[in-house]
Amino acid sequence: MLSLITFLPLAGGVLILLLPKTSHALMKNVALLASGAAFLLSLVLTARFEIGAGMQFQELYRWIPGIVVNYHLGVDGLSLPLVVLTTLLSLLSLVYSWRIDLRLKEYLFLFLLLETGMLGVFLALDFFLFYIFWEVTLVPMFFLIAIWGGPRKEYAAIKFFLYTLVGSLAMLLAILLLYFNSEPRTFSVLELIRQQPLADAPLLAALAFWGFFLSFAVKVPMWPFHTWLPDAHVEAPTAGSVILAGILLKMGTYGFVRFSLPLLPETFKQYAVIVAVLALLGIVYGALVAMAQTDLKKLVAYSSVNHMGFVMLGVAAAAAAVGEPQRAQAATTALNGAVFEMVAHGIITGALFLIVGVIYDYRAHTRGVDEFGGLGARLPVYTGVSTMAMLASLGLPGLMGFVAEFLIFVGSFGIFPYLTALALSGLIFNAAMFLWTIQRIFLGPFNERWAHLSDLDGREKLSLVPLAALMLIFGLYPRPLLDVINAAMVVLSGAVR
Amino acid sequence: MPPATADLWSIAPELWLTGLGLLVLLVDLFSGPGRKTAVGAVAAGGLLLTLIPIAAMLGWAPRTAFFGSYAVDGFAVFFKILTVVATALVVLAAMDGLRTRFEGEFYALLVFMALGLVLMAAASDLILLALAIEFVSLTSYVLAGWLKANPKSNEAGIKYFLFGAASSAVMFFGFSIVYGLAGTTNLYDIAARLRGAAAPALYLGVALMLAGLGFKISMVPFHQWTPDVYEGAPTPVAAYLSVGSKAAGFAALLRVLLVAIDPTRVDWALLLALLAAATMTLGNLLALPQRNIKRLLAYSSISHAGFLLIGVAAFRGAFGTPGLLVYLFGYTFTQLGAFFVAVLVGAQLRSDEIADYAGLARRAPVSAFLMALFMLSLTGLPPTAVFVGKFYVLAAAVETGLLWLAVLAVVNTVVALYYYAGVIRAMYVLPPVSETPIPEPAALQVALGITGLGTLIIGLYPQPIIDLVHNARLLLQL
Repeated sequence: MLSLITFLPLAGGVLILLLPKTSHALMKNVALLASGAAFLLSLVLTARFEIGAGMQFQELYRWIPGIVVNYHLGVDGLSLPLVVLTTLLSLLSLVYSWRIDLRLKEYLFLFLLLETGMLGVFLALDFFLFYIFWEVTLVPMFFLIAIWGGPRKEYAAIKFFLYTLVGSLAMLLAILLLYFNSEPRTFSVLELIRQQPLADAPLLAALAFWGFFLSFAVKVPMWPFHTWLPDAHVEAPTAGSVILAGILLKMGTYGFVRFSLPLLPETFKQYAVIVAVLALLGIVYGALVAMAQTDLKKLVAYSSVNHMGFVMLGVAAAAAAVGEPQRAQAATTALNGAVFEMVAHGIITGALFLIVGVIYDYRAHTRGVDEFGGLGARLPVYTGVSTMAMLASLGLPGLMGFVAEFLIFVGSFGIFPYLTALALSGLIFNAAMFLWTIQRIFLGPFNERWAHLSDLDGREKLSLVPLAALMLIFGLYPRPLLDVINAAMVVLSGAVR
Repeated sequence: MPPATADLWSIAPELWLTGLGLLVLLVDLFSGPGRKTAVGAVAAGGLLLTLIPIAAMLGWAPRTAFFGSYAVDGFAVFFKILTVVATALVVLAAMDGLRTRFEGEFYALLVFMALGLVLMAAASDLILLALAIEFVSLTSYVLAGWLKANPKSNEAGIKYFLFGAASSAVMFFGFSIVYGLAGTTNLYDIAARLRGAAAPALYLGVALMLAGLGFKISMVPFHQWTPDVYEGAPTPVAAYLSVGSKAAGFAALLRVLLVAIDPTRVDWALLLALLAAATMTLGNLLALPQRNIKRLLAYSSISHAGFLLIGVAAFRGAFGTPGLLVYLFGYTFTQLGAFFVAVLVGAQLRSDEIADYAGLARRAPVSAFLMALFMLSLTGLPPTAVFVGKFYVLAAAVETGLLWLAVLAVVNTVVALYYYAGVIRAMYVLPPVSETPIPEPAALQVALGITGLGTLIIGLYPQPIIDLVHNARLLLQL
């Protein structure tokens, strides 16, 4: 089941490579079919998922017995929401990419390869396998930016590639440190968590922790490793930005929760304050810099730095509470919030980048926030969806972002009261920034330059409306999602107590 | 005392290669101009047949033949396989490019060089080793200067000869010091008799030997010939030098050091760790500004020598020597593939400049795709062959406590990405100068396909290679 979900997109991609170059419609349909099937299967997976039953649907095969590497997949309450998010956003991005015809074959192949890589990252339970999937996501993203990107695409693409490769290789060393200190030697994540191989070697544990940290922090991105993000986002094609913000960034926070926390709990606790301070800097800095942007895409990019800071604050708070049973409740709440925010940010920011794409790619061909004005009266549907996504992003109660941020603040306040209080300022800046943006684009006198703009067409609605609906549904009734996450987080914070 | 029959059986592949070389010369004599492809086909086919006697040797217990001068062990078998496969691929790749009336001799020389490489990897006697190295060197000087009308090729041949002769002389001086200390040329006897030798003289001997072997594997500071020779030599020859003689050089280095020189007497592991650091860093930094694909691959091959040396320096762990072999195997396929694309482009566009690769993705999609794969593999991204090798040598460094070397290797990998991505950028991002498709000749396509598949399959399922490598235990003691 999990292998099928993971490799269906790639199979579609390989099939597309074999099709003749001119049959555009056929290639698009194959891509849609592969990605759609993966999405449907992930829904089936959700339906059959048993809340609170730990790691499920495991697949374990011997792969490279010479160095004890297994092909091991599994899904739990942490990875399930991210898997569904991945298949959903990939499908919607493909729907949105319908009008791409520049080098379509390569585009679709890379896109589907990327989907397989991302799914693999969230499902792999063997470090060797995980590392391969992790690296596999780099290459298609590099090409997507470098070929279909904006004016400074080459610079942005290589910057993205170099930054993330530094991180990945540091992680590889950390993985090797764990491997060589385990007895019997293993790359299995579950077995390593059970063994705690570096528990008695503080120096090596610190090295391994910072190795993982570098890799995940670049990916999240945490301040000060975030500088690749605005470049990559601004230059990437719309669908690339959606995937980048919606899913690739989550790989970093997922890594912290899945690996750093349970594998090196004591070490993470030791450095949790540093991580929390960096998260706080990201929150405040991201919001303030976003406010200063006039490029809508850059604005959304910096708001991602802000939101991912919230996630990291929650994770760091949970890490700081390791080994203190009286704070376990707060830690679980913070972790729930962090994981919920991952999903919420994926949906909201994915929608926001699609919204930017709608106006930039096919209509106004500009992203200058100040160049619009009064669009609200002319493009009602577009304005409605955009306003909703922006309000969700600033944390309006009743929408998805609020639930996530509320949980993070409740949880981390019990652990880092002062830092959390400071982080609240980021929330205010964020709200101010988005409200000001709504005002500048949709309200005020109408700019006659845009008289010819049309509202959303069918395909754009098809890719945006589901996301808007999800924001509202999980904003009003977060319980189904929260139950799934909570079950896994209770297990996690129980394991590191 | 005549050699036993069993000894003759144990050099069946070598005898076969000798016969094949002579046969190729004969076929060349009787095939008219313009029909030299047949000669290449005989060479390639004969080389593949060599794999049969080699495969039969896989299960043999390690021993020595010819009075201890020739090792018959899994290690030697591993290098026999590597050499024969690489030579066959180079022959295939050369078949479309070299349309001269000396084409047949070219194949014969390649086969003879393969023989020399195989001898180098198995020699367990200093005199035999010296002879094998000279045999390889002489054939490769001729091959490097093959394009008589091309001044750059002449320069490559002469330069290679001068550098090679000097470093061989230094190495033989090192051999003579070791002989003087031990009173024997047999590596196993040396190991036993060096226990009481004076340390300073031993250090000098090891250092001088390293000069010669370092030249073959293009180790810093004996690397300067590499870019000039690779650039001037015919591209298939450059490919062969960067793979074949490098592999054999590593085989000889490993055998001499591990068998004969006690690391507790002469701390060559630390020395090699430092040399590995210098080699990969310098090679990488010099590769950054290159604009010519052959020079780029030359400098990158220097840096790969540095990575391979990690495997030698970390010989104490379970990943060191196997890491070196796994790396070499994957690197052989990937590096050959990259050079084969250079052969194709060089032959069709008459240029080796990376700028002329612009738009290759449109003009030769399959070759461009494979080249991108090779570049990513050389960087060390999974799931490709060199990734498995890099994984192994990094593991070896971590295992033996050489964490600083592992960190340096990681930094170097990131630097390397920059110039490898430059080639990908040219092929996929830059607009093509013309839309004319580039024809992709059949034999070359076969060679490219094999290297591409090899790169991917080793990356995805390295277990057979790991088995082969674990079978390649070095015969350490008699």
